[in-house]
Amino acid sequence: MGLLDYFRNTRPSTAAIAKERLQILVAHERSERNKPDYLPMLQKELLEVIRKYVNIDQDAISVTMEQDEKREILELSIVLPDDNQRKKQKRL
Amino acid sequence: MARIIVVTSGKGGVGKTTTSAAISMGLALRGYRTAVIDFDVGLRNLDLIMGCERRVVYDFVNVINGEAALNQALIKDKRCDKLFILPASQTRDKESLTVEGVGKVLGDLSKDFDYIVCDSPAGIERGATMAMYYADDAIVVTNPEVSSVRDSDRMLGILASKSRRAERGEEAIKEYLLLTRYSPQRVKLGEMLSVEDVQDILSLHLLGVIPESKAVLNASNSGVPVILDEKSDAGQAFSDVVRRYLGENVTHRFIDLEKKSLFGRLFGG
Repeated sequence: MGLLDYFRNTRPSTAAIAKERLQILVAHERSERNKPDYLPMLQKELLEVIRKYVNIDQDAISVTMEQDEKREILELSIVLPDDNQRKKQKRL
Repeated sequence: MARIIVVTSGKGGVGKTTTSAAISMGLALRGYRTAVIDFDVGLRNLDLIMGCERRVVYDFVNVINGEAALNQALIKDKRCDKLFILPASQTRDKESLTVEGVGKVLGDLSKDFDYIVCDSPAGIERGATMAMYYADDAIVVTNPEVSSVRDSDRMLGILASKSRRAERGEEAIKEYLLLTRYSPQRVKLGEMLSVEDVQDILSLHLLGVIPESKAVLNASNSGVPVILDEKSDAGQAFSDVVRRYLGENVTHRFIDLEKKSLFGRLFGG
């Protein structure tokens, strides 16, 4: 490294930025890739069943599959409408 | 039985055809009977890079459809009698490449050849998936650049799930990283991903690094695989790649900047 470089190197290099962006992106895309392909169908059917009892939005449900070294975790998250909304719906 | 090598990348313009031409010539020069096949139906260019574009009579799709015999379509290289080129069709659509058709041609070639190099088109459509379907080894050509690295990783996912070896649950395709258009100067300045950076991200066995080189365009201009330009950096780098692929232990070159003078170091940049 030359003397002049000594004063220049304050910001991270673009190569370092590229590497960081790629590491995040590639990790994310690899985790997507290993997901079973039945997840969207499972989500759709769960939504239909829940809607028989509670009126929820299409995007109020999320089904994700996570994996660590020991196990696979199927996570199901449903956001129920809050009380005010439910009362309003009842009145209608 | 021939060993089938696919040269792939996902992204276009990274050097797949240059690599296919150089590696197939390198294998043939070492005495192995080698066939190199262009899978880019509709956009063939391997013939041009190999310098045999005026000798194309029949093509890969003709052979698949039974319109020509394999030995009528294979073009014998004029510089090395161990090397044969099977050009892609320029007029048919890429759906002409079927699993059965490609399998039959590769099976027939396997009887006579030691190595079959499959030059994949860019993208992840039929031509690309057919080029890798029967592969034993994959050379993933990557530029030190974000979109190329990302696409290479995507290809690794496809190699691991959609190849015949994957479908049959056999031993996985051997994957190698070939980093091309590498500029040690720009790496040193922090403007380009380094070999280590790309390896950290893709975790692949490094087959070689091809430096950014004027020799590559000069070679394609004249239809001579760059490996035959023995004086050039890229030509030497490809020779090293072939030797490494064949199991020789060859130290990597063209990765570091050559040493500068004291003056250069003081005012470098």
